[in-house]
Amino acid sequence: MPEIKATINGNVLMGSAGQTVLGLAQAHGIEIPNLCHDPRLRPAGACRLCLVEVAGQRGLVPACTFQVADGMVVQTETEEIRAIRKTVLELLFAEHRGICTTCDKNGDCRLQKYGYEYQIADTAFAAPEANGNGKNYTTGNEAIRYRPEKCIRCGRCIRICQEVQMDSALTFKDRAAWVEVSTAFEMPLNDSTCKLCGQCISTCPTGALYERAAGGKGQAKDLTRTRTTCIYCGVGCQIDLNVNGNNQIVRVTSPVGVVPNNGNLCVKGRFGMEFVQSDKRLTTPLIKRDGVFQEATWDEALAVIAARFNEIKSAYGADGIGGLSSAKCTNEENYIFQKFMRAAVGTNNVDHCARLCHASTVAGLAKAFGSGAMTNSIDEIKHAGCIFVIGSNTTEAHPVIGLAIKEAVVRNGAKLIVADPRGIDLVRFAAVHLAHQPGTDVALINAMMNVIVSEKLHNEPFIRERTEDFAALLEVVRDFTPEKAEAITTVPAEAIRQAARLYATAPSSSIIYSMGITQHTTGTDNVLALANLALLTGNVGKESAGVNPLRGQNNVQGACDMGALPNVYPGYQSVEDALLRVKFQQAWGVALPEQKGLTVVEMMHAVEHDEIKALYIMGENPALSDPNLNRTRKAIEKVDFMVVQDIFLTETAEYADVVLPSTCFAEKDGTFTNTERRVQRVRKAVVPPGEARHDWEILCDLAGRMGYPMAYGSAAQIMDEIAALTPIYGGISFDRLQTAGLQWPCPNRQHPGTKYLHTDRFTRGKGKFHAVAFQSPAETPGQEFPFVLSTGRQLYQFHTGTMTRKSRAIHQVSPTGYVEVHAEDAVRLGIADGQMVEVSTRRGRVTTPARVTTGIEKGWLFMPFHFCEGPANALTQDALDPVAKIPEYKVCAAQIRAVP
Amino acid sequence: MDVDVLDRILAARPKVTATDLSPLLQEIQVGYGYLPPGVLLEMSRRTGIPASQIYGVATFYEQFHLEPHGRHTVRCCRGTACHVKGGHGMIQAVSRELGIAEGETTADMRFTFETVACLGTCFLAPVVMVDKDYYGNMTPTRVRGILDRYK
Repeated sequence: MPEIKATINGNVLMGSAGQTVLGLAQAHGIEIPNLCHDPRLRPAGACRLCLVEVAGQRGLVPACTFQVADGMVVQTETEEIRAIRKTVLELLFAEHRGICTTCDKNGDCRLQKYGYEYQIADTAFAAPEANGNGKNYTTGNEAIRYRPEKCIRCGRCIRICQEVQMDSALTFKDRAAWVEVSTAFEMPLNDSTCKLCGQCISTCPTGALYERAAGGKGQAKDLTRTRTTCIYCGVGCQIDLNVNGNNQIVRVTSPVGVVPNNGNLCVKGRFGMEFVQSDKRLTTPLIKRDGVFQEATWDEALAVIAARFNEIKSAYGADGIGGLSSAKCTNEENYIFQKFMRAAVGTNNVDHCARLCHASTVAGLAKAFGSGAMTNSIDEIKHAGCIFVIGSNTTEAHPVIGLAIKEAVVRNGAKLIVADPRGIDLVRFAAVHLAHQPGTDVALINAMMNVIVSEKLHNEPFIRERTEDFAALLEVVRDFTPEKAEAITTVPAEAIRQAARLYATAPSSSIIYSMGITQHTTGTDNVLALANLALLTGNVGKESAGVNPLRGQNNVQGACDMGALPNVYPGYQSVEDALLRVKFQQAWGVALPEQKGLTVVEMMHAVEHDEIKALYIMGENPALSDPNLNRTRKAIEKVDFMVVQDIFLTETAEYADVVLPSTCFAEKDGTFTNTERRVQRVRKAVVPPGEARHDWEILCDLAGRMGYPMAYGSAAQIMDEIAALTPIYGGISFDRLQTAGLQWPCPNRQHPGTKYLHTDRFTRGKGKFHAVAFQSPAETPGQEFPFVLSTGRQLYQFHTGTMTRKSRAIHQVSPTGYVEVHAEDAVRLGIADGQMVEVSTRRGRVTTPARVTTGIEKGWLFMPFHFCEGPANALTQDALDPVAKIPEYKVCAAQIRAVP
Repeated sequence: MDVDVLDRILAARPKVTATDLSPLLQEIQVGYGYLPPGVLLEMSRRTGIPASQIYGVATFYEQFHLEPHGRHTVRCCRGTACHVKGGHGMIQAVSRELGIAEGETTADMRFTFETVACLGTCFLAPVVMVDKDYYGNMTPTRVRGILDRYK
């Protein structure tokens, strides 16, 4: 952008073409009052408060819409301007019939602020006759409350719903003095296209829109805000927990202008924090005696665990114990957990739920590129020329990344390809929708590569200079025509061609994928196929391109980075590499096991064979999240001794021998690493309940009792140890994370972090093509089980619902599980929408209501897995990917019938 | 819900976007006599135009009705000229004859009664308009006879 020079209030300022007067002023700390402006929105020029004087312009102009030009001279605070602003405010106050005394927003209200600054007379104008029809679209809504009497009709809520969220739930209704914000036909908010993101609240300049549950719990001026990282997905949104004097989280806000979410949140982040103060939180250790949990002291509980672990260790060896770490806990806690298992217990049997979501990513991308993480950053998505979303329901599972994709398409003209069996919301924005059969991803991707090669759209220089084994790829894709793929995937060959051309010819193409790719017995193959596609077209190692796996849980990237995996130490340093083992032995002062350990599902199977006698489970809920639940539950019932460390008495904790209460994210310091490799701070905002302790403190205490003392003064100190042992985290320390996170690799304290990977060379040297042939899923539909069942997430819930289901706002819109079935199948089977049905597979059966839809192909079923009533995982199978050991959650054969 | 009329209206336009909303709503109102909410929601589903936007436009303009309208519309002018020439008496007379207040529709759906700011025919004041017919220099006693012409 060309630089320009303009003068504001006598100061000569440098700006860029296209910048507005308001933008230039704000960039230099000059405040111009405004009410309808939000940097996330297109300028509207509606409130007339930002009027300024521009030399040579007739009359005053709105600073928010007026662009600066070279040599422009602007005045923002003349007497005339101030008088006009005062009148504008007085007109607004004539309509604004709320009083600050009882308003929750008191202290954080722009109207209040300007009213004071301009000393307005709030009775200067008579109040217009308010005569709406009295219907309020938020009546009865547990999440959001709209008060028309505080509304100044700036339209920001409507615009953010249209322009940023792109759900268009809101509108102005009526005219003149009757104008109010409404949904279509004043339908209840939860019946409209609203996704309860609460962006409308976030942009409201007054107290007109507010969280219903926050009402009366403290005025904005009296709340303490603590910046921390959201716990509901891998995006890692920065949030401010607003806490009152009673240690209560009153509301969640988010700062505009801060990466990675720029003030945007989803329903879970904004309305899902009630669990922190739930009276169901664990507050004391529990020991099961004669089948009943009894409260115990920390001393008693830890003594029992230390004694039993030492017994089992001496009787069966250290490998008789297995540990599940947690993608919800901090980096520091995951580091301590794997150190505890490896150094204090003496086994590599440590894993966590990444096994169940992105093990195939870690395995596949490590083979192809040398490191298994999102190659590019979230912000870069907005400027991609083409975005290929496959197996990711982004707007539901990673809503804020969904916003970036929508922005790329709608505002910046990106071409979107969506490959998904379901008609997910992103399809609205797609240039091409490929509704391929579940489990046929390799066929689809190979056919796209066939088109690219046969139409000579591949990037020959890139292939020559940066990759190897291209010949092997050619061998596989040469004959794999779109017609051949059509027979397997059911996607028309012409659509595959169109998608291939879009992807190959855009200036930069970004692949975004998630569980739809990874949770298959061919998960690693699927990932390799995507890596091939990116290598073939040179779409790696450059901005706004790459292969981008979206990580599911808040710290699943970090838990992997910290070595909560059976085969690697922190930073993916192999436990089987003698040199690296020596390095950790020296650092930790103890001999370490040489063999890699068992994975999540393997541990459960090892219990069946009496190879694992004890389990230590920190913040995981395998009794609901693992595949083939009946088998998992039998295993955790059978195991001799089980410790569960959690914030709630989960389905898994019910089976434990000892339960330890831990602190949740809002009660502790630490870091999470988000899906774009950004290490971000977690900060303590409230005091923990009862005797709950930090996970790392519990583990250190226990290690000491088992004869391996570990002591740290703080989470920051643990990070220093991590940095010393983990090259990719080498430059990370708490003092560098104060205002923004750092993206690894960050090898030293001077390093600014890495925005995108593989710029000049791949981590492994050259990018490697892998010939991947199509293989059918482990289970295909047949006579007895004629449907294909897929499982996954939905927008409102997280994981096993332990946290989100405590929220009244969320419960109102998502009270229970369901199975999606195509309308024609439903008619054939006599199933009505909302009717109870039984879904069965070879492993189990569950009863749940049917949701009849046309957003799914005929012959397919979909179930969210969050609900303990009707648990989807009673149906899923534990057939594993041979390389990554990830189970095939996405495809199994099922039957459905109406329950009479 | 009868969507045949909507089908016909949409079929006549190759690609519908939000900028077509006003004429679309006018056609729907002619076709159905008013704007049935169910039809508007269906139009939103078929065209991708958000229902909220349709509702915003439909409630902004006085000409659109979201509730069933009478077969005939009686409009009394309450502009300045009509007012000084006794327009208020016409409003009272119509109201008395039809047994409804302004803004309402008779139970037999024969008439909807509205008042408007100005009918633009001040030289004929006071004016009453029924459907597209103007009646100037009105007196209250002529009201019944005029209404009787509309069945």
